[in-house]
Amino acid sequence: MEEVKLMKGNEAIAHAAIRYGADGYFGYPITPQSEVLETLAELRPWETTGMTVLQAESEVAAINMVYGGAATGRAVMTSSSSPGVSLKQEGISYLAASELPALIVNVMRGGPGLGTIQPSQADYFQATKGGGHGDYHLIVLAPSTVQEMADFVALGFDLAFKYRTPAMILADGIVGQMMEKVVLPEQRARRTDEEIRRQCPWAACGRGDRSHRNVVTSLELDSAKMEENNLRFQRTYREIEANEVRYQEYYTDDAEYLIVAFGSVARICLKAIEDARAAGHKIGMLRPITLWPFPYAEISRLAGRVKGILTVELNAGQMVEDVRLAANGAVDVFHFGRMGGIVPNPGEVLDALNKHFQVEF
Amino acid sequence: MKEEIVIAGFGGQGVLSMGKILAYAGLMDNLEVTWMPSYGPEQRGGTANVTVILSDAPISSPVLDSYDTAVVLNQQSLDKFEGKVKAGGTLIYDPSGIHHLPTRTDIRVVPVDAMDAAIELKNSKTYNMILLGALLKCRPVVEIDAVLRGLKKTLPERHHHLLPLNEQALKKGMTLVG
Repeated sequence: MEEVKLMKGNEAIAHAAIRYGADGYFGYPITPQSEVLETLAELRPWETTGMTVLQAESEVAAINMVYGGAATGRAVMTSSSSPGVSLKQEGISYLAASELPALIVNVMRGGPGLGTIQPSQADYFQATKGGGHGDYHLIVLAPSTVQEMADFVALGFDLAFKYRTPAMILADGIVGQMMEKVVLPEQRARRTDEEIRRQCPWAACGRGDRSHRNVVTSLELDSAKMEENNLRFQRTYREIEANEVRYQEYYTDDAEYLIVAFGSVARICLKAIEDARAAGHKIGMLRPITLWPFPYAEISRLAGRVKGILTVELNAGQMVEDVRLAANGAVDVFHFGRMGGIVPNPGEVLDALNKHFQVEF
Repeated sequence: MKEEIVIAGFGGQGVLSMGKILAYAGLMDNLEVTWMPSYGPEQRGGTANVTVILSDAPISSPVLDSYDTAVVLNQQSLDKFEGKVKAGGTLIYDPSGIHHLPTRTDIRVVPVDAMDAAIELKNSKTYNMILLGALLKCRPVVEIDAVLRGLKKTLPERHHHLLPLNEQALKKGMTLVG
């Protein structure tokens, strides 16, 4: 029987990384995600699976270690929280430009700047619109439960390797710090050098009997070739958009009004919706699971059926821009958000529904 | 069954671990469980609180407006959470250090002299287990046995000799509820 465990979201990420057969974790402590590194240090996977766990001297060093590991075809990851993820942006852009698979975890805290250590979702733009320079995207997964924190490690790595692009788990302090039940995946063996050589023919892991040397770089001084590279990246992004949109709908069948929320905030909204439904109000919700690729088509479809849409986010209004693009004027789209580490309770969500849609509770 | 509980006090009083032990007991009883700390820069002496939800159905929000039961261990926590106990709910508080007593009449208010009891047990660290015993006497949401099994599972072997003391503290707490 599967063993059900109780743990924090951050701990689940650490366990899941080992279970996935990840080859390396490189990180630097920052609240509210330090338990990822702490748990890995406690579990000592270098003695079991052979996974490397290293506390780097800085976030910048950690992301460049990820670049190095990824260039050899290894499954490598880093994690941090908002200010630390800002520091990693140069390396993330290089990873994307070098078409390297890697997993980056951001357990968001209140910003901007050094900000607070409490939960936030204010890095939505940074994660989904390219936080570093150049035309690139990350595959961005937004977990709302501890189980998803665990599950998205494997999903993130698998998608990263499938499309040769970095993937990000965009979590927040709530889902990072809270404990709930989780069933961890089965332990997988780390890939052998032979398997890596076969599955990642691009990897710089020794020439062996290949006719050529693999070179991993983001530098291409010939503009025509660099445009070719960009066109190839864009083809990959279109493929990802066509295949990998993920979302979950709640009570949308008969919904008169729609909430769009992601991550732990979607759960706060779900409680508000349960209360609203108990009072006879038909509110539904769409929770994007992939923030990029974003579920534009699904929200567009629902926008044609409902009387109004409200996004609820721990920011000043970021995802609301994508929801408005999806709705394309079909219906009014409002935003309710708290900032700086303040988390709204379900009652505040009901107040926002009341304010914009005049549904009395 | 669904019980929404907040435990609040000073950092160092065992607020978060009391919530954790309750959550593990819920796990032992096959309940759905969330444990959500108000994590902050606070260390020993600052305020700390934790929301624990135990339910036989899936739990939506780990963040709540109001609670079935509040356990408050200092004045700030009493001031903050007394108004957030649902009508008909339960408020448990330790009177030591409380200057302004709770005033609500639509809830059950239960003073528990846990600090005195901990001194009687000659171990101040039993404080939170005494309160947990009182909580479970008022709101028997999990079996005492589940608490002990949860403790056994989560405590490292080297601390297992403390299990009888913890059981004693739980039972002591249960006797303090009038």
